[in-house]
Amino acid sequence: MSVLVNKDSKIIVQGFTGSEGTFHASQMIEYGTNVVGGVTPGKGGQEHLGRPVFNTVQDAVDKAGADTTIIFVPPAFAADAIMEAADAGIKVIICITEGIPVGDMVKVKAYLQNKETRLIGPNCPGVITPGEAKVGIMPGFIFKKGNVGIVSKSGTLTYEAADQVVKQGYGITTAIGIGGDPIIGTTTKEAVELLMNDPETEAIVMIGEIGGQLEAEAARWIKADGNRKPVVGFIAGQTAPAGRTMGHAGAIVSGEGESAQAKMEILAENGIHVVASPAKIGEAIASVLAGVAK
Amino acid sequence: MNLHEYQGKEILSSFGVGIQRGIVAQTPEEAVKAAKELTEKTGTSWYVVKAQVHAGGRGKGGGVKLAKNLEEVKKISNDIIGMMLITPQTSAEGKLVSQVLIAEDVYYPGESETEEFYVSILLNRATGKNMVMYSPEGGMDIEEVAEKTPELIFTEEIDPGTGLLPFQARKIAFNLGLSGNAFKEMTKFVMSLYKAYESSDAAMFEINPVLKTSDNKILAVDAKVSLDENALYRHKDYLEYRDIREEHPIEVEAKAAGLNYVALDGNVGCMVNGAGLAMGTMDLIKQAGGEPANFLDVGGTADAKRVEIAFRIILKDPNVKAILVNIFGGIVRCDRVAQGVVDAYNNMKNAINVPIIVRLQGTNAVEAKALIDAQEGLNVISAVEFQEAAEKVQEVLS
Repeated sequence: MSVLVNKDSKIIVQGFTGSEGTFHASQMIEYGTNVVGGVTPGKGGQEHLGRPVFNTVQDAVDKAGADTTIIFVPPAFAADAIMEAADAGIKVIICITEGIPVGDMVKVKAYLQNKETRLIGPNCPGVITPGEAKVGIMPGFIFKKGNVGIVSKSGTLTYEAADQVVKQGYGITTAIGIGGDPIIGTTTKEAVELLMNDPETEAIVMIGEIGGQLEAEAARWIKADGNRKPVVGFIAGQTAPAGRTMGHAGAIVSGEGESAQAKMEILAENGIHVVASPAKIGEAIASVLAGVAK
Repeated sequence: MNLHEYQGKEILSSFGVGIQRGIVAQTPEEAVKAAKELTEKTGTSWYVVKAQVHAGGRGKGGGVKLAKNLEEVKKISNDIIGMMLITPQTSAEGKLVSQVLIAEDVYYPGESETEEFYVSILLNRATGKNMVMYSPEGGMDIEEVAEKTPELIFTEEIDPGTGLLPFQARKIAFNLGLSGNAFKEMTKFVMSLYKAYESSDAAMFEINPVLKTSDNKILAVDAKVSLDENALYRHKDYLEYRDIREEHPIEVEAKAAGLNYVALDGNVGCMVNGAGLAMGTMDLIKQAGGEPANFLDVGGTADAKRVEIAFRIILKDPNVKAILVNIFGGIVRCDRVAQGVVDAYNNMKNAINVPIIVRLQGTNAVEAKALIDAQEGLNVISAVEFQEAAEKVQEVLS
């Protein structure tokens, strides 16, 4: 089992023929991901990377049976791309694009409310289920198959965490990069919930950062849900000053409970194994999984 | 992007929001000229001289003063322009004031008492919707109000499909205790304020105080406006509002070079790919006994040119005693980055006078370490594991 994406996912790439789309789509195909085509308006009917190009997402759904999309469309057009995918009935939308105006995402969030679709991101590295599907920009070789799920706001910290977990002899069920923007489609809590309900996942790494309340919300849910599986938590930005945006648009301490220290306390209170050092994520997983088969 | 009060008021006014009018001035002479012009335009006989810096609490630091005649305008402007203004929101040294806003007096006596309110519009991250936050306790520090009398802070969430609705504006005006003409004026004020917020792609509006004048007009006396930088491409006319005098000079330079850099007070510089890992690296530096001197996300393409620019930016900070380069190579190969570090080092040999710890992990990490270890005469220490890098930082600091 796994969550969100697997070997049967029928994946399309929006922004397929652009440079980013082309590069990452070929990496995904090389990994063995089931890419069934792509969308570039005006280039429908052509072939790219040995896959069909469609004018609209609806065409890709109708003709190629697409159920999952990954978006590499530039920020000015990305919100439209997300809504087009939702309208066409795509079930999982993964948006990599960084720099979408917040005003656009407010509209997207409202648009998606009554749709049967799940948005991951934007401003995220994507989702990977090792050995089955890489729907993102992460280096696939780091992620070995196993029983640890990862939920993270950050790309390179996800790779770091996966690498440490693998070096401890464990592996990954699914790693979900939820994104570092102020408005994201899938919250920390929702991603953690998916992994809690995944029978193969036996422990979860939850990587957060300063800004917002998502980690606290997830932590409270984990406890209310009975701490069914051990969760190792790390919050980046313990040394970040308040009021400054640290790279990710959402990484800014602008109110109570948004600092790394405050979040770490809430996590610990709710039974999460908090590590202060990002170098200790793998060790913490090894310690909570001691006795569990690798 | 943060704006000055006078810039924020320009945007507000362009959407029909009532404002306390004023004219900006760079010198005491310009201030006097501005005051004369303002009297012709508004009939005001007194003036408020307001320091224009990106920091709240200006009044507390002596940056906002009443002038009752042109002589006082000149004297007060002369005092404020060029001063280091210290407020609860600035550093201990304060901020250099380079311009003042000469504003009309709106607290004139009349048929009713003046009243001050607080109105802000901002994103509620928990719901993904914008909201109007408001309070009858205007003119005070809102954090203080939130602490002492949280029941006096109200919020109204805005449906993105419909925008702020008239009944919501009426609710706001009622909750602020208004009636009659002032009530009507407040509903208009709030509706146009939201229109301005949405149309300008603002990240935040904070109007404190919103004033009910003695003749029942509703005016924004102050305006703290912040715009969404990601949306500036559709507001080219707002680009000129950027005031680099308000920014850290090294940050301005880094931004021009396309690097995401934030200056901090510490002694260990860092260069990292990815924002989350960059923050994590800063945290690790602290745990190793150092203090991070900066945040720097060098991005996915850490080639020799980019690494060199990043080194030059980091080394502009004289407090930097060591630099930690932390790259998790995925798509980008570590040996390429290592070569970039070596090339950059050789290009600027005399400029690098601190030890550099390079931690490369991911694709070809072993080759990368070998490449760095084979160099002679470079003050570069290699590491592969994250923890190992922290220990190396500790060693060079002790």
